Amino acid sequence: MPVGTIAISRRRALLGAGGLLMAAMVPQGSLRATTRIVEDQTGPFAPNAFVRIAPDGSITLILPNVEMGQGIYTGEAMLIAEELDVGLDQIQIEAAPPDDAYITKALGTEATGGSTSTIATWTSLREAGAVARTLLVRAAANRWMVDPASCQTEAGMVRHGPTGRTLTYGELAVEAAALPVPTSPVALRDPSTFRLIGHAQHRLDGPAKVAGTATFGIDIRQPDMKFGTVAACPVMGGVLLHVDDSAARKIPGVREVLTIGNAVCVVGDHFWAARKGLEALEITWDEGVNSTVSTETVYRGLHEALQGPAIVAHTKGDAKGAIAGAATRVEAVYQQPLLAHAPMEPINCTVHVTAERCDIWVGTQVPMRARDAAAEVTGLPKDKVFLHNQYIGGGFGRRLEHEYVTQAVQFARQVAYPLKIVWSREEDLALDRYRPAYVDHLVGGLDAHGKLVGLSHRIVGPAVVARWAPEALLPNGVDDDLLAATVETPYAIPAMFLDYARREAPGVVTAWWRGVGGTRGVFVIESFIDELAASAKVDPVEFRRRMTGDHPRARAVLDLAAEKAEWGSKLPEGVGRGVALQYVFGSYLATVMEVELSQMGTVRVRRAVVAVDCGRVVNPDQVVSQIEGGLIFGLSAALFNEVTLEKGRVQEKNFNTYRVLRMNESPAIEVHLIDSTEDPGGIGETGTAAAAAAAANAMAAATGRRYRRLPLTGVQA
Amino acid sequence: MLTLQVNGAAHQVDVPDDMPLLWVLRDVLGLPGTKFGCGIGECGACTVHVDGKAVRACSLPASLVGDRPVTTIEGLAEDEVATEVTKAWLDIDVVQCGYCQPGQIMAAIALLKSNLHPSDDEIDQAMSGNICRCGTYRRIRAAIRNVAGAV
Repeated sequence: MPVGTIAISRRRALLGAGGLLMAAMVPQGSLRATTRIVEDQTGPFAPNAFVRIAPDGSITLILPNVEMGQGIYTGEAMLIAEELDVGLDQIQIEAAPPDDAYITKALGTEATGGSTSTIATWTSLREAGAVARTLLVRAAANRWMVDPASCQTEAGMVRHGPTGRTLTYGELAVEAAALPVPTSPVALRDPSTFRLIGHAQHRLDGPAKVAGTATFGIDIRQPDMKFGTVAACPVMGGVLLHVDDSAARKIPGVREVLTIGNAVCVVGDHFWAARKGLEALEITWDEGVNSTVSTETVYRGLHEALQGPAIVAHTKGDAKGAIAGAATRVEAVYQQPLLAHAPMEPINCTVHVTAERCDIWVGTQVPMRARDAAAEVTGLPKDKVFLHNQYIGGGFGRRLEHEYVTQAVQFARQVAYPLKIVWSREEDLALDRYRPAYVDHLVGGLDAHGKLVGLSHRIVGPAVVARWAPEALLPNGVDDDLLAATVETPYAIPAMFLDYARREAPGVVTAWWRGVGGTRGVFVIESFIDELAASAKVDPVEFRRRMTGDHPRARAVLDLAAEKAEWGSKLPEGVGRGVALQYVFGSYLATVMEVELSQMGTVRVRRAVVAVDCGRVVNPDQVVSQIEGGLIFGLSAALFNEVTLEKGRVQEKNFNTYRVLRMNESPAIEVHLIDSTEDPGGIGETGTAAAAAAAANAMAAATGRRYRRLPLTGVQA
Repeated sequence: MLTLQVNGAAHQVDVPDDMPLLWVLRDVLGLPGTKFGCGIGECGACTVHVDGKAVRACSLPASLVGDRPVTTIEGLAEDEVATEVTKAWLDIDVVQCGYCQPGQIMAAIALLKSNLHPSDDEIDQAMSGNICRCGTYRRIRAAIRNVAGAV
């Protein structure tokens, strides 16, 4: 049943209740937002999905993207509050429920990912606030019988200038609810008058998070809830043949042993009982066709596809001819491994299924998909599935998947009580959906002056989009995620040929991972640009600078980073300095990194300097924060991480074997923002995209040899 | 039946001898501020104080705690150093996803109580057992330094 039907009837019920339309008065936690949301989809302005003001004065902002560390609750609240004219201390915030009104067009569903949130909501959320303010002003003007133009707003109230009378938004809520929503665009503030946007604001989630009171999915507690933990077949595609649970059932606190096609769940009075019970199970799997897959199988398949047919993904000019006629030919093959997400909060989901409804408490980047999956499993209509999105303890793309919600509902429908399922860290790593491994082959031609005249590039790897959003696979069979950083570069490249040999990874499901195509592509392109510069005997910054052509914003970040990092200054023995320049997610970054290699072979990143032009900035310190954290996340992977397979099983079990960068290994990071009036670009993934190339280039500068395989501390070809 | 002294109150719990303190806190006593991250003492998300020392609650059987006082992130209200630490965290917006932060904060408080003016090396030594996947390390270190400067 389409959501709209339900929502509109619900809306009618609410209209009688009073309160601003966009803000019907219904108790906390109900679906009141859904009501207006759906109706407003018909018009270009749909503020109602995002703003709710009750006669008691409470102002609730419903935020379409989920908070997983990137600061989006604060940023999106700032966008609405700027135009609504309320202080951040006057609002409460809510996670959007699954509803069409919150779909991110670029992602095709209600989703938080791809560094799209600020880009997607920059205008729409300001409009939402402005429309609400317009209605409140009209309501006040009507009451006072004055011209709305003689009224101003300030901190949640309307003031009549000539008489100084004031009314709070709460006092106006009922009357504003009766007014028609403007059908023509409302004026937005001139950016020069922004009070919030562009000015650093403290994170709204900070106080709860430092007090330990922020509720993550894993912290949910429901009356009569029990605790489950799961073992799924460790070989992808395998199924459960038999489980002997006699020993497990004797463990104190174990309540039930549940099974589904490919997994077993032990339920107990607490996680520990469930865990002990799980360890006591004797499980027999039919491991299926993937039981012989190894890391070598994966890489061999990729390298083999460097020869043979491929789909032409992009051409510009005659790259092959230009390379054939070039003075110098440069060639390199790069290899990148499978990676796990390993967010700090292990995978978890709490579900309560009854005959009438299904409630799900989970942190998800895809609430609508998760809800729909639960409806399918339970047979309940979608409007009887209530998904309560929670703070996410690290997403990084892992929670763009919802298979763990499906699994949790499959178990929970077998019991009457609410069931909280928490995966162990070992399960989290063994059954992740992984960043794919890729192999890239590049050939470049330099003319006699050391100028790049043509670039030929083959990408081999999976098409994640073909599974995640099949309709988004390009008609020619190319996953356009792979064009990030490879076709869309900050450079003027006179001739380019890019083809793609799709090879799905055997034995694993591959998925989005922070930085997606940008992380993959920047490593390859920026490593190769460095190799070209070395071949041309031109300084890497100067080589890039000459190529920036009609990308002045790229040149500006490059120059700024080089200046702040004292590019060209002398470094101690064993230390190298590398640069990476990128244009991904609509933002320009230049990163200069200093890396120290010891005689013992240890690698330490000493310093990173990043210059950023991401267009207009909403919350400047959070941009800095995302670059800092994104770099650290990228460096962990670039330096240390590789998911390996043996007999179809992932070998990395926990943080002792899947190494994560720690404080003592973290570089000093400086981030410099360029003042820009361009529309906002994405930022959450850009630092991660920069990490591997900048580090690899720095290591090459230190040692004189290239690092073409990730992780950088692993075996090089 | 065990008696645990948690955040200044005695709690009687009927749990298996090998049950880690972490799960007693989270699933029995209903104190979810202490987080599960790895279960093997590698990540520090479960850091609490036992007798004022930072310990990994995921790897400490509750039956071995005895009558030593346990303090979790929920039990810091009256503590002066803790107040300064959380203030320092908020001043420079340390948190991102926030999941590891209770553990980071408990580790930082334990450090500062034993050494109010730690050097960078001492901060690294005390804090490197605590993983943050969001990469907030630089700000954590800065916040600890700020507390040292403020007290």
